Amino acid sequence: MSVKTPSKMEKIMAAGHLGVTSECGPPRGSDPEVIKEKAELLKGCVDAINVTDNQTSVVRTSSLATCIHLKLMGLEPILQMVTRDRNRIALQSDVLGAASFDIHNILCLSGDHQSFGDHPQGQNVHDLDSMQLAWAVRKMRDEGTFLGGNEIKRPPEMFVGAAANPFADPFEIRVPRLAKKIEAGVEFIQTQCIYNIDKFEEWVRQARDRGLTEKCYIMAGVTPFKSAGMAKYMKNRVPGMDVPDDVVKRMSDTPKGKQSEEGLNICVETIQRLKEVEGVAGFHIMAIEWEEKVSEIVERAGLLPRPEIN
Amino acid sequence: MIVADKKPVEEIIGYVRDCKKVLVLSCNECVTVCEAGGKKEAGMLASALRMYFANQGIADAQVDERTLERQCDQEYLEEIRDIADQYDAIVSVACGVGVQFTAEKYHSIPVFPGVNTCFMGVTEHRGLWTERCQGCGQCILAYTGGICPVARCAKRLFNGPCGGSSNGKCEINKDLDCAWQLIIDRLIAIDRLDLYEKLFDIKDWSTDRAGGPRKVEREDVQI
Repeated sequence: MSVKTPSKMEKIMAAGHLGVTSECGPPRGSDPEVIKEKAELLKGCVDAINVTDNQTSVVRTSSLATCIHLKLMGLEPILQMVTRDRNRIALQSDVLGAASFDIHNILCLSGDHQSFGDHPQGQNVHDLDSMQLAWAVRKMRDEGTFLGGNEIKRPPEMFVGAAANPFADPFEIRVPRLAKKIEAGVEFIQTQCIYNIDKFEEWVRQARDRGLTEKCYIMAGVTPFKSAGMAKYMKNRVPGMDVPDDVVKRMSDTPKGKQSEEGLNICVETIQRLKEVEGVAGFHIMAIEWEEKVSEIVERAGLLPRPEIN
Repeated sequence: MIVADKKPVEEIIGYVRDCKKVLVLSCNECVTVCEAGGKKEAGMLASALRMYFANQGIADAQVDERTLERQCDQEYLEEIRDIADQYDAIVSVACGVGVQFTAEKYHSIPVFPGVNTCFMGVTEHRGLWTERCQGCGQCILAYTGGICPVARCAKRLFNGPCGGSSNGKCEINKDLDCAWQLIIDRLIAIDRLDLYEKLFDIKDWSTDRAGGPRKVEREDVQI
């Protein structure tokens, strides 16, 4: 795949290296130090950092403002944008705003339903869906025009991504849905957290058979368990999550004081196994409120040092 | 049909507590079928209001009942032209359309809503009504197996389910079917799963609520 944007993570994966990303959730307040502290923990061990957009529908500092903080620290942000809160005017406006700070990555999402958050009585927008947003950003970049047709002066140069859940229902369309995202213009995918490795490998095999891994970088999502309780919660309470019984048992069978270490072991083993899977182009490490462990995971998984690419 | 649900009686009492003469006006169409604002429900509401006034010791209060065939048509609304002026207030237990049209036609009489108007939907079985259409003004059901993602997906997604679809249910409520599971099942049943592979264009919402109050004007049927 040829490089189409100034994005560092695109260049790294295009050069054949495994890409590594992690994420930084903005604070529920306006203190920039919280952002800087989290970001500092990720410096040097990942290629780019996702900045979530009011995740779980809880109000936080905006994704765009947080991305700018990271950019000013010399880090590469991935602007997450959900279609829940903005119509096509606001989405395109924020894309331009990000582009004005030379933010070169975007992840297009529909966003958690507002009923999960702290403002369940709010309206949702969904003027576009996540695929249509990806299509819109590609149009802005490649054709230099807005959705309305007018020309953009200095169009955005963004590497366009989306999420995929290899485990969600309906099973029949998991791969066709990926194909459709790629047709919409998605260039990289970050997947839902992988615990059912066999099922994930089957999904990648099917994607490979359709030639999709030649058109899009698939970044495997991993999240370390901090405790057996977290494993059970993810299994039973988080929609679309597939945590096999033997993984939960492995965590439960571990003494309390050693569970977090075991969670990290599982995460590292997952990355090591998936590194060998043809069609996996990188890893997205979502250490939820556990950013200090990302460098350890990356190092133990043999993904350091990160490639230097200009 | 338009589906409505009952309002708490206390809320309606709050509207009419200072009135002496109240007309409870029901509708023989949708709200009768969904058992929220038909003749039977109007009777129950009128009884509750009479009981309230009696308990308050307001002996001269009068609550009458009347059912119109429809409240969304001028000719039926005209049926109360001769009596409307006698009342201090009308409580319309029709849908929001009926309440508004009654208010438009009887400009100087307060008209209060007696139900909460909810959606356009179906009777799945007696006592269970569910949404099917949001009247977006540009029907796409030909491409989605006859199941509407605008009305039935909590995020009105056009290109497939979100990551929260699980065992055929929506992430927001385990009792709610995932619209995209229904669409995919149906496309498989009619052997048209190929329709799913086509990327849906960005929707023109100008025919939806977003475009402002709408009208359908047909010169060919105008007299």
